Amino acid sequence: MTAENRTAEDVRSVVEAAVAKCGAGGVGATKEDLIPILTEVNKALGYLPPEAFKEVSRLLRVPVSQLFSVATFYHMLSTKPRGRHVIQFCDSAPCHVAGGRQVWVALQEALQLQPGETSADGKWTLQTTSCLGICAVGPVIVVDEDIYGNVTPKQVLEVLARYE
Amino acid sequence: MKYYRTHVLVCVDPECLAKGAHEVMDSLQDELVAQGLINEVQVLETSRIGSCHIGPEIMVYPEGVHYVGLSTDDIPYLVEEHFLKGRVAKKFLEPEVEAKDEELSAPTSKEVRVVLRNCGKIDPENIEDYIAEDGYEALAKVLTSMAPEQVINEVLASGLRGRGGAGFPAGKKWQFARAPKADQKFIICNADEGDPGAFMNRRVLEGDPHAVIEGMIIAAYAIGANHGYIYCRAEYPVAVKMLNIAIKQARAYGMLGENILGSGFSFDLEVRMGAGAFVCGEETALMASIEGKRGEPRPRPPFPAISGLWGKPTNVNNVETYANVAQIILKGAAWYASMGTEKSKGTKTFALAGDVNHTGLIEVPLGINMREVIYDVAQGIKDGKKLKAVQIGGPMGGCLPEAFLDRPIDYESLAAAGTIMGSGGLVVMDEDTCMVDIARFFMEFIQDESCGKCTPCRVGTRRMLEILQRICNGDGRDGDIETLEMLCKYIKTTSLCGLGQGAPNPVESTLKHFRHEYEAHIYEKRCPAKVCRGLIRYEIVDACTGCTVCARNCPVGAISGERRKQHVIDVNTCIRCGICMQVCNFNAIEVH
Repeated sequence: MTAENRTAEDVRSVVEAAVAKCGAGGVGATKEDLIPILTEVNKALGYLPPEAFKEVSRLLRVPVSQLFSVATFYHMLSTKPRGRHVIQFCDSAPCHVAGGRQVWVALQEALQLQPGETSADGKWTLQTTSCLGICAVGPVIVVDEDIYGNVTPKQVLEVLARYE
Repeated sequence: MKYYRTHVLVCVDPECLAKGAHEVMDSLQDELVAQGLINEVQVLETSRIGSCHIGPEIMVYPEGVHYVGLSTDDIPYLVEEHFLKGRVAKKFLEPEVEAKDEELSAPTSKEVRVVLRNCGKIDPENIEDYIAEDGYEALAKVLTSMAPEQVINEVLASGLRGRGGAGFPAGKKWQFARAPKADQKFIICNADEGDPGAFMNRRVLEGDPHAVIEGMIIAAYAIGANHGYIYCRAEYPVAVKMLNIAIKQARAYGMLGENILGSGFSFDLEVRMGAGAFVCGEETALMASIEGKRGEPRPRPPFPAISGLWGKPTNVNNVETYANVAQIILKGAAWYASMGTEKSKGTKTFALAGDVNHTGLIEVPLGINMREVIYDVAQGIKDGKKLKAVQIGGPMGGCLPEAFLDRPIDYESLAAAGTIMGSGGLVVMDEDTCMVDIARFFMEFIQDESCGKCTPCRVGTRRMLEILQRICNGDGRDGDIETLEMLCKYIKTTSLCGLGQGAPNPVESTLKHFRHEYEAHIYEKRCPAKVCRGLIRYEIVDACTGCTVCARNCPVGAISGERRKQHVIDVNTCIRCGICMQVCNFNAIEVH
């Protein structure tokens, strides 16, 4: 589902599914389930559009301002549209010293993107991530949910070519 | 329980997964079915066995044969040779010289494995494997023969201190949380391991999740809690998966839920995932995040033991602390207290990184000195270089010079030296490291992760970073050192939480032990380690053969020269990325 062909109906059903899933424990979703719910919606839609906030706000009876405040606090929740594929590059010290800087340069060159930017065709979003804890195989990049370790600058194009 | 003659453990560490471990596992299953062996050979998933760099890897028990570098095409041959004919398929055997795990290798003589004892040895997805290694025996002992006070006293006597960083005695924390009368209390496990390069907790969660769960149930019994949370960072999807499987199995076996082991005690547990915020490792921020709010810390007191999650008494410990508990109950406080120093007992896991020959996870008894860790456990500095500093305690830790090598590693000695134990990051730096650059690097991290709630941390660390950046760029000014020192003092004393209070440590400790490097940057406009880009220049010397490799690789076209003649770097165009030096085959490029 891309931002263009998504309807208000789609957003509503995604939010309802997320709320139902996170409230499965018993009494139904409450304010405390906010982060899991927003994470689910973010995953399904790629980001958190204003309509999603309205929907969550209605279902949980939490003001939109509060939702926005929570969503903007956490790195993994995005209020801006993201590309079909999100590339996360680990910019922590262990990856940095293992040749991460060169990989980062190669990534930026291949995509012509700055960190946090999304390509004009809506295919890629380039982000940095905090340490993923797999430092023994650094440099590490993650595309969507696929992890690539021991990445060399030469492999960058090869990895990117795997995604439609 | 079904019996099998052979068990095959397939490593599903992220690295092996990336190399196709699941495909190998599937084809192994298919081939075993095809050969009619599926009822004799059981195939299981496990965490890292030790050779993921040449993975996918599998371990065959009871023979203990370790195969590596497998692909789906190799499986029919392997199944026929090993499982049908009973011959070791030599060509897939792990090469002996490379029998080294980058993350967790066999313990060296100075190591003692308590927390990491089961990692890579048992199947984390099978509670029976954990039970076979004395798992849940401590829980049974506690529930059937010990009063909550006795449990607390045992943990107190063991001397176990919080392994998350601050080192507060775990037993004391439990006592505080037991004291208040309340209709509800909570147990929280802090699994928000965010220090870059530190992944001790990830390995425990992925490789031995039940050890953490058992520790939490015992703590819950001790303080009288009926509900618990494991707050795990979202960057660790495998850990979250393993925890959820383990919790489900523990429930099925009656270790969690109503009336545990028929004792009348009830306790249940759920995993909460973070969403990417380093500050959530701070306990009050963590609780705010569980409550569905922005993960911002709040002032203490009140401490969580009095008013924690939703205002209820709450006990928060980290993964490693809980992972020690069952062993303490089983083997006794005296056993645990026999390791370590007077005030720091037991063992501590560290993630060794940097310029040493052996990196990865280690677990050593506290009180060991840094020299033993670096030269015995880590097998010395790479390429025979000289040690410059050891950074311990993560981004809020400090850098220690060589003079501290013979001091014991314990909470008190580290605090006296201006750093902290932290959660277990240990970065060894050789003579080529610039300490000002390191301080800048850590300040960048802290500035990025500051939640912004309190001014000293939000604004103060920004000012410190700006000064450090200036110094590294060669624009340091007289008075910068003094301003940094003043900021360190103020930020330390006035910040709200541990992140801000610890933020100045990297700068303060490098100023204390490596002040001359700051002075060289500021007053002599020179980076002694030749690292800071603003203070170095690259030069091509006589050894140049004019092969043009450097000119072709320079991203900004700063290198010119005729073929087979010495090339020249244009200092004004050069961005000092160092690529030319890396690609030169004749050592013809020097840094000045």
